[in-house]
Amino acid sequence: MGIMSAQGLVQFDEMHGRDSSVTPAYQEYEKWLSEQDDRWLQRKAQEAEGFFRRTGITFNVYGEGDAEERLIPFDMVPRIITGGEWRRLSRGIEQRVRALNAFLHDLYHRQEIIRSGRLPERLFRHNPAWLPEMVGFTPPGGVYTHIVGIDLVRTGPDEFLVLEDNARTPSGVSYMLENRETMMAMFPELFARLNVRPISDYPRRLAKSLASCAPANSSEMPVVAVLTPGIYNSAYFEHAFLADQMGAELVEGSDLRVVNGKVQMRTTRGYRPIDVLYRRVDDEFLDPLTFNPDSLLGVPGIMDVYRAGGITIANAPGTGIADDKAIYSFMPEIVEFYTGEKPLLQNVKTWRCADPDSLKYVLENLSDLVVKEVHGSGGYGMLIGPAASKRELEKFREKLLSGPDNYIAQPTLALSTVPVFTKAGLAPRHVDLRPFVLASPNGIEVTPGGLTRVALKKGSLVVNSSQGGGTKDSWVLDD
Amino acid sequence: MLGRVANGIFWMYRYLERAENTARLLAAGHRMAMTRGADAASEEWRSVLTTLGLLQSYEAHYNDFSSAHVCDFVLRGKDNPESVLAMIEGARLNARMCRSAITLEVWEAVNEGWMSQRELLQRPVRITGLWQVLSSIRRESTLVRGATHDSMLRNEIYCFARAGTFIERADNTARILDVKYYLLLPSLAYVGSALDTGQWENILRSLSGERAYRWLNAGRMDSRSIAELVILDERFPRSLVFSYAALRETLAALARLHGTEGPAHELMRLADQQLTGRSIDAIFDSGLHEFLLAFISRNRDVASSIAEQYRFTA
Repeated sequence: MGIMSAQGLVQFDEMHGRDSSVTPAYQEYEKWLSEQDDRWLQRKAQEAEGFFRRTGITFNVYGEGDAEERLIPFDMVPRIITGGEWRRLSRGIEQRVRALNAFLHDLYHRQEIIRSGRLPERLFRHNPAWLPEMVGFTPPGGVYTHIVGIDLVRTGPDEFLVLEDNARTPSGVSYMLENRETMMAMFPELFARLNVRPISDYPRRLAKSLASCAPANSSEMPVVAVLTPGIYNSAYFEHAFLADQMGAELVEGSDLRVVNGKVQMRTTRGYRPIDVLYRRVDDEFLDPLTFNPDSLLGVPGIMDVYRAGGITIANAPGTGIADDKAIYSFMPEIVEFYTGEKPLLQNVKTWRCADPDSLKYVLENLSDLVVKEVHGSGGYGMLIGPAASKRELEKFREKLLSGPDNYIAQPTLALSTVPVFTKAGLAPRHVDLRPFVLASPNGIEVTPGGLTRVALKKGSLVVNSSQGGGTKDSWVLDD
Repeated sequence: MLGRVANGIFWMYRYLERAENTARLLAAGHRMAMTRGADAASEEWRSVLTTLGLLQSYEAHYNDFSSAHVCDFVLRGKDNPESVLAMIEGARLNARMCRSAITLEVWEAVNEGWMSQRELLQRPVRITGLWQVLSSIRRESTLVRGATHDSMLRNEIYCFARAGTFIERADNTARILDVKYYLLLPSLAYVGSALDTGQWENILRSLSGERAYRWLNAGRMDSRSIAELVILDERFPRSLVFSYAALRETLAALARLHGTEGPAHELMRLADQQLTGRSIDAIFDSGLHEFLLAFISRNRDVASSIAEQYRFTA
């Protein structure tokens, strides 16, 4: 198989390093690959799509009226990480999640971090993700963010950087699980040759983790339900998938109502109480009596039940304040403040445009930087300097000047690549990694691997599925 | 289980059952159209559309009864919200909504069926390809029922799947008979003529009963024993009595699971009394058409009381 090289970029390829040798992680895979017939591999690549269509793993794209359900493209070359690399990485992730929960508790209680002068108060006071309703309230088990996704990028053999924390409702875990099922169905012999750490017990761990956060007065087997905005939500497949895998009910707002101080669901036998609600509905739609009054997706009065200790909401309302992009740049300080340790995982260098010196630098170097909206997500509303036209740069310059608080900027990184399978053979494409983390009173668990997203367009840095990104199965070797 | 999910399961199976029965009705109609002259064919298509309750909306769009037009309208008509394609989409939508209540096997059967029929029904159906389309529709329902039978827990969910299937089947069988009831009346002057045997065969064919009938009646054919088979024979899976035996069993299972009966059980018992234990002569004596109309109406009441009793909606 020929390896096509990307032009001009000094980037680290996770299979071929910087010099076309094979990295330790890919030794055995490469050996296997070289023994395979090219035409057989081409056939396999086509098989994968049929597999996904049949099982109905789709996502909905907003703003594409016609294509209601689409597949996220799947690439069959695995993303492989060695056991050693993973041990270092997961320690850093664990530390970060510990800090996130401690930070949230502090922000909604004594605010020591503000008092100490390490975080400016204005950052959260007028932030829509900050919920005054949560002040002074401690969620059952003391956990704020139960399910966390930490987005990482890699720039070298030992350099993993955190690009973003997802503390409110990280999605994608169903792709992680289904990608593995697909790979095991397509290449069983590979799994016999390489020791890949299993991930299939994630739903069971999730169920256990959620149950352990149930309110004190719930029964021995707490009733867990997944709250979905419904069938037209882009992540509906995942909501149904997780409910199914956990043996939990998949509920919509219209199924729920507050009865006798509990949130209850309408069953064929009448209303039955729920102890833990894994909600995949944003804060503002959760309770029309407290937040957006027009919301039909939530449950009127759920916040009162919550504050009275009648239900656990995962992740807790108001958690979004911790994964805000303006807060992100303070994460190294936050980690150190709450854990008393040096951060094991570094941030990507970030300029806060709210700061006049940074703004000046950003404006002067716009064509080399990536500029992001502080509250944006999904890769929308973002400027990639080196790829932008003169007009786009000018437009962004105006935006920055009129509302600098809304933006942060980061350098364009030489992101690592992993080969993808193309008709012409393997070709390197940029990737990121979203490991999934569960936090409960019993501790923090990091699932080995996570979701690898890959920019399928040559040279592209945008891995979001809504913008042409694909996914890969991510393997952590048990070595 | 959630009331909303019970509703979704109930309708998913009703849609699949109706899609299948519609396909069978079209197949029988098409056969008539091929073997009789144009007039008989028009008459046959008109009665198919009446059975489906689509005659009015069809006539608003077409002014002939050609096989191609009728089949296209019934299968995929854009102006027909009750087309087979719409039902298959409805079934899949409900399956998606209840994804965590059905097994992977059932989901795949629904989803694959939807994928292939959407493909087949993308363009106008050509009469040469009709057979393929109709058998694919029948196959989907059969596959889903098979997957249901073999992979689903015998719990409430299963009960609502069965309830939906048999409420719909009983309704469809009664409608097919009612549109042709005059052909079955023993007093009809031209009993035994070539036309009637063909018409009778066609009734049986729309209910997949021609083989069962032959097997039971060894070549004899008369209206009385046809009516007896499709109304009263508890061995024939599309008969009214068979459907109601299954429904009775399903509602009894629900009562066991819930520890209590309700209005739906009461209504079903009433409907059942009017059906079981009656002879075909007694039915003819009191009027076949009246009997079928009353059955369809009671069946509808049973369906809505199931929905109410099990809190399908808030």
